[in-house]
Amino acid sequence: MNMSEINKETGTFAVKKGLAEMLKGGVIMDVVNPEHAKIAEEAGAVAVMALERVPSDIRAQGGVARMSDPEMIIGIQKAVSIPVMAKARIGHIVEARILEALDVDYIDESEVLTPADDVYHILKSDFKVPFVCGARNLGEALRRIGEGAAMIRTKGEAGTGDIVEAVRHIRRVNEDIQRVVSASPMELMSIAKELGAPYELVLQVKELGCLPVVNFAAGGVATPADAALMMELGCDGVFVGSGIFKSDNPAKRAKAIVEAVAHYKDAKLLAEVSKGLGEAMRGQSVAQMDDKEKIAGRGW
Amino acid sequence: MIKKRLPVEVGKMRIGILALQGAVREHRNMLHRLNVETVDVLNPSDLDGIDGLILPGGESTTVGKLLVRYNLLEPIAELGRKGLPIFGTCTGMILLSKYINNSEQYRLGLMDTYVERNAFGRQLASFEADMAIPVLGDIPFHTVFIRAPYIDKVESNVKILLSWQDKILFAEQDNFLAVAFHPELTNDTRVHEYFLKNTIICST
Repeated sequence: MNMSEINKETGTFAVKKGLAEMLKGGVIMDVVNPEHAKIAEEAGAVAVMALERVPSDIRAQGGVARMSDPEMIIGIQKAVSIPVMAKARIGHIVEARILEALDVDYIDESEVLTPADDVYHILKSDFKVPFVCGARNLGEALRRIGEGAAMIRTKGEAGTGDIVEAVRHIRRVNEDIQRVVSASPMELMSIAKELGAPYELVLQVKELGCLPVVNFAAGGVATPADAALMMELGCDGVFVGSGIFKSDNPAKRAKAIVEAVAHYKDAKLLAEVSKGLGEAMRGQSVAQMDDKEKIAGRGW
Repeated sequence: MIKKRLPVEVGKMRIGILALQGAVREHRNMLHRLNVETVDVLNPSDLDGIDGLILPGGESTTVGKLLVRYNLLEPIAELGRKGLPIFGTCTGMILLSKYINNSEQYRLGLMDTYVERNAFGRQLASFEADMAIPVLGDIPFHTVFIRAPYIDKVESNVKILLSWQDKILFAEQDNFLAVAFHPELTNDTRVHEYFLKNTIICST
């Protein structure tokens, strides 16, 4: 083989999925400016998510939430050496193209922003940049993977600081997977129909016994114990949004959450890192919210 | 403390995998396919009695900080200096290097290599390609590079196993082996076998 004739392929599914594999066991933190990004990197974040307002502010202030100002994203890319992700609105092909042109490392097609399309999600396989998408159950996860997502996260209920929805979503994904794994081959087409999932991906889940891509927790993580709980339930890593920079001591809490994810089975260590973090984000109980206030229902 | 190193058969090895963050599972699966026992390394006591250590891909700044916080950095570096075979992929290559261009981040600093982080660019520059690696035989190896580093300079005691366009992508020095790509993301076990047979058996 002549080494001058190497055929280099970029933007392949393996390369997209590969970056998510490298983020496993790590914490991805929402940041709104370069200073936050540096605090996140210093605390040991594996990546940052650049956005204009954290979800709890979007909730409180209302209005339309859109892709961030490119200048802010570039500022964050300059400030840190870890991967920088950014959010595009559901179905907003052009925001995604802009983020790709900015050379972001991952795009989150996110229900946290106001959806641009109430029927279609972005055809993510058309892009070279990888995408992560939210899901509440296996069918939704496999639809997003079918469109080309290379990483999945639970939707949870962003900006509440209440972990209950994220727990519900990961438990539901796990139950759905168990059902596929224990089904006979004859049952799989009907299950695919019921889940609203591509049949080929259902077959893959049956064979692998898990999702074919990395699955992170997101939406409501506020404490090191919350983060460790999501790892215990089988998530590969954790996104923390408002939970860090809406708390009393972001640097200390960020560091504690990183340690909690790396050592989630070590209760003694969890006790140690949970000490004296100051007040967590105040939060909002999902059980007391109207359906209208919830954002997990965005997307299908 | 490290046990006295004797030549050991591949099937009787016990290999530690640094499990603080990153692609731990893939290395574990790879070694299990080769019938090698593995142990996840999270604390210094997990280093007892291992025949070799793998430093997986992940985020090097994160892993470096956790190595320091859990008192693993110095014990691993010390074992390495005493001869423990260590194999680093991607982030592992960065951690093994003495010199990291433009960075003060934590490292083991065991190999006389100068490494450049995210050297090909951000994620859009990540790629896969077949490459000829003479020490692995005639069949090209399918390499996957994710925001990968490369070595741009080495001291004379480092043996270069693969270089391409002046970028060093696979290198060894005594009991240390470093690759810029991710053999654990493929089904090809040859790089892992090289570590077990050449680095471990030949260096002990």
